[in-house]
Amino acid sequence: MSADLTAKYYDLHEHDHPEGFSTALGFWIYLMSDCLIFAMLFATFAVLGGNYAGGPGPKDLFDLPLVAVNTSMLLFSSITYGFAMLAMQNDNVRQTQIWLAVTALFGMAFVGIEMSEFRHLILDGAGPQRSAFLSSFFTLVGTHGAHVSFGIIWIGVMLVQLGRHGLIAANKRRLMCLSLFWHFLDVVWIGVFTFVYLIGMLR
Amino acid sequence: MLNILSAAANAVSAVTERPAAPWNPALLGRLGPDAIPHEPIVIATFAAVMLGGIAVVGALTYFKLWTYLWKEWFTSVDHKKIGIMYMVLGLIMFLRGFADAVMMRGQQAMAFNGNQGYLTSQHFDQVFTAHGVIMIFFVAMPFVTGLMNYVVPLQIGARDVSFPFLNNFSFWMTVGGAVLCMASLFIGEFARTGWLAYPPLSELAYSPDAGVDYYVWCLQVAGIGTTLSGVNLIATIVKLRAPGMGLMQMPVFTWTALVTNVLIVATFPVLTVVLALLGLDRTIGTDFFTNDLGGSPMLYVNLIWIWGHPEVYILVLPIFGVFSEITATFCSKRLFGYTSMVYATVVIGILSYVVWLHHFFTMGSGASVNSFFGITTMVISIPTGAKMFNWLFTMYRGRIRYELPMMWTVAFMLTFVIGGMTGVMLAVPPADFVLHNSLFLIAHFHNVIIGGVVFGVFAAINYWWPKAFGFKLNRFWGVVQFWCWVVGFWIAFTPLYILGLFGITRRMRVFDDPSLQIYYIVAAVGALLIAAGTAAMLIQFGVSIWKREELRDETGDPWGGRTLEWSTSSPPPEYNFAFTPVIHDIDAWEDMKQAGVARPTGGYRDIHMPKNTATGIVLAGLATLCGFALIWHIWWLVGASFAAIVGGAIFHTFNYVRSFHIKADHIAEVETARDAQLKGAAA
Amino acid sequence: MSDHSHNQGDHAASPFHATFRDYAIGFGLAAVLTAIPFWLVMSHALASHTATALVVTAFAVVQMVVHMIYFLHMNGKIEGGWNLLALIFTIILVVIAISGSSWVMYHLNANMMPLPGKMDGMG
Repeated sequence: MSADLTAKYYDLHEHDHPEGFSTALGFWIYLMSDCLIFAMLFATFAVLGGNYAGGPGPKDLFDLPLVAVNTSMLLFSSITYGFAMLAMQNDNVRQTQIWLAVTALFGMAFVGIEMSEFRHLILDGAGPQRSAFLSSFFTLVGTHGAHVSFGIIWIGVMLVQLGRHGLIAANKRRLMCLSLFWHFLDVVWIGVFTFVYLIGMLR
Repeated sequence: MLNILSAAANAVSAVTERPAAPWNPALLGRLGPDAIPHEPIVIATFAAVMLGGIAVVGALTYFKLWTYLWKEWFTSVDHKKIGIMYMVLGLIMFLRGFADAVMMRGQQAMAFNGNQGYLTSQHFDQVFTAHGVIMIFFVAMPFVTGLMNYVVPLQIGARDVSFPFLNNFSFWMTVGGAVLCMASLFIGEFARTGWLAYPPLSELAYSPDAGVDYYVWCLQVAGIGTTLSGVNLIATIVKLRAPGMGLMQMPVFTWTALVTNVLIVATFPVLTVVLALLGLDRTIGTDFFTNDLGGSPMLYVNLIWIWGHPEVYILVLPIFGVFSEITATFCSKRLFGYTSMVYATVVIGILSYVVWLHHFFTMGSGASVNSFFGITTMVISIPTGAKMFNWLFTMYRGRIRYELPMMWTVAFMLTFVIGGMTGVMLAVPPADFVLHNSLFLIAHFHNVIIGGVVFGVFAAINYWWPKAFGFKLNRFWGVVQFWCWVVGFWIAFTPLYILGLFGITRRMRVFDDPSLQIYYIVAAVGALLIAAGTAAMLIQFGVSIWKREELRDETGDPWGGRTLEWSTSSPPPEYNFAFTPVIHDIDAWEDMKQAGVARPTGGYRDIHMPKNTATGIVLAGLATLCGFALIWHIWWLVGASFAAIVGGAIFHTFNYVRSFHIKADHIAEVETARDAQLKGAAA
Repeated sequence: MSDHSHNQGDHAASPFHATFRDYAIGFGLAAVLTAIPFWLVMSHALASHTATALVVTAFAVVQMVVHMIYFLHMNGKIEGGWNLLALIFTIILVVIAISGSSWVMYHLNANMMPLPGKMDGMG
């Protein structure tokens, strides 16, 4: 009787939570906080984005075809990451690594194009100090680019770790987190190209 | 790439304009001998801190405690140890923040009739800024985080938080922020802008020195720690609850912790962004909050209060949880209205996002905007009132025991309610036009923060200390502390309410009207009484530790608690629970006691626990160094420390072996000893 | 949303099963939903700027949802619905922060005194 009661109130046959039990949720919550960071940068851009201070505005500065190319770089990288995840599901280390590397290449193309865009703007006297519009432009787009750069470094680290340990559970978890991160950045970019570039041209 | 970097470097030197130091500026940025303060008070403080520091370091070395501290505490990922360390941090920083308060009271009591007081305006402005920053970020936040860290895993029947390493890292990042803030005392200066550093005053044009940079970076470093801690505790509460503990069976403190951590994750990113933008304005000359080139200082005020309002709920909601637990325990009665408590907490959390403008009614957004936010502010007092009634109804017909935690609870109820009412007064925009930034405002928020958060922390310390350390706190000195604080608080702040209604502004250093002096003197007396109360608290700790054998609690449940933490020994074993409890009702431990459940006597299994690690303290140390380098424009050090942080974090990820097993034999030993202890205590 | 002791086992496996079909559809939709807004703006197809802005915004929202479903495999069952709840809560806060800030700042700026000879500073 007493033993029954004890068994009712204590999990005598408990199994530990598996390693990484909280990881997916924890990373998603972190991503939500990152989403809020971008939201505040968007809010800042919404408020200050029309303050050209007598300087150049979107029509003078934005090269929409180049932005379209850049957008497609990121979109391609999203689908190649997807292929990496499919390879991971099939437990194929080599394929996963190849698709990750391709994703990183597209990511580097994206960052490279963006940095050349920034360089041109700065050399043309339209750097972040010129006006509040440019300050908020550089910060919002630059923060996104910085995140993509971190993602590329992370892909590099994963390539090494996959080479060392293969598709163990821990590495699969990490790839899932990176997947969330990478796709989330593409979602943010949708906001950027729409509200900064496209609507900027319409102001 | 190089063009961008050189353009950035040019921008920085153009913007900062501080003459380079004559010796190797590249090595030390703008750090030079003029960074060392010349003011006598500061020099005396520095000397005292140095002597004290040498004494502490000397004692630790003499007693060979470094290895122990490093292995058992600094590298620990145990939520209980991290919780205690947060409380220690809060206590130390409280003494600094309170010293700032006493300095202000002293200055204001004497600065009449031509007397300039003993603080220059340069110094006074730093004192009130540091007082606010320290009390909110390095006292209240660590206390609240420490309590949640210690108690929540125990209350939900878990063995640790979801991400123990991250927990350790979060703690050390908070310490890093505190270190940067304290460093400003002796190297350079702190901000002189008030605790929220509004531009344009905080912009480079009006605050060219390192003060606001210290402000920005100490808060950024600490803020990262806080945000990650928020992620950690949400995941813990969602994922690691014991079987049978649905959301509506969680203890109320855990509920308030959940909502608080949601608020943390949902609001600290806003602070991160705002401070980053201010930092960019100051470092590379962007125009977010400047007066010209399209910037908007008002945007800063708007954004920072979007953070600032939820922040005060982050501070007070866990405290509401503390009082719920204490009231139920010391009235020997289930908390009245569990469901409404939960809903009230959630509603307060959500509503805290739609009231922020009440902090700047007078900035000129007009009647429509002001009315909207005035109404929402008044609405948010309703769920708070509901909670108050629930506590009162719990007390009604309960068998109330006035132990110290319950005494603090009653003091809270009376004090906080009055403070809340003055808040509702301020929520009326026309009234606020008269009272904004007057001493009435100061009295209001100290009323709710002291009456709420501080009294709550004292209650919580008295309540959970026996759990953490195995012996109760000395009652006599606790009662002395109680009366000194409660009476002292009212003597210190009632004059401020009156002065505020007269129209006297905050942050004044010198006064022209001699008829006001008596109020400031009374307030200073109140502050001294609070100081006496604080001394009594420290004496209470000392006496209790000295006489711990007489105060020893063997049962693990000295108060007749109702929640799971009281089912463990005091202090709990490292693994918290040999077997995870299964939950059948709210107040799970009370339920187990009523049902007469016997402890398991065998069949122990190996328990999987996370390993200690030095990575947290190392990375946080590097982050602190990076912050220091950013403040002083030591660019090579910024680059090097940042690279080291990234490299260190990546290196840490190559370690896949992060846990170990506590053997069943060891657990059997510990549990058998515990059985014997309980038998002895019952005898 | 109570936690049951047996659901610990579920989480050891991958919580979603991605398919090539998901990614292909997602990519296709995203490409179209990107191309049309770019074309609309670059060709000035719609006379009204406001209309263009609204259409482009709508496409952006739809594309974000496409990414959520097809790339992020978002649904109400992952992590017991907590992921979706967190997302919805975040979206609500984002809307409050952005619309609230815009509303407040518009009013604040409108009530500012005009400065003599000022260039288009306050937007």
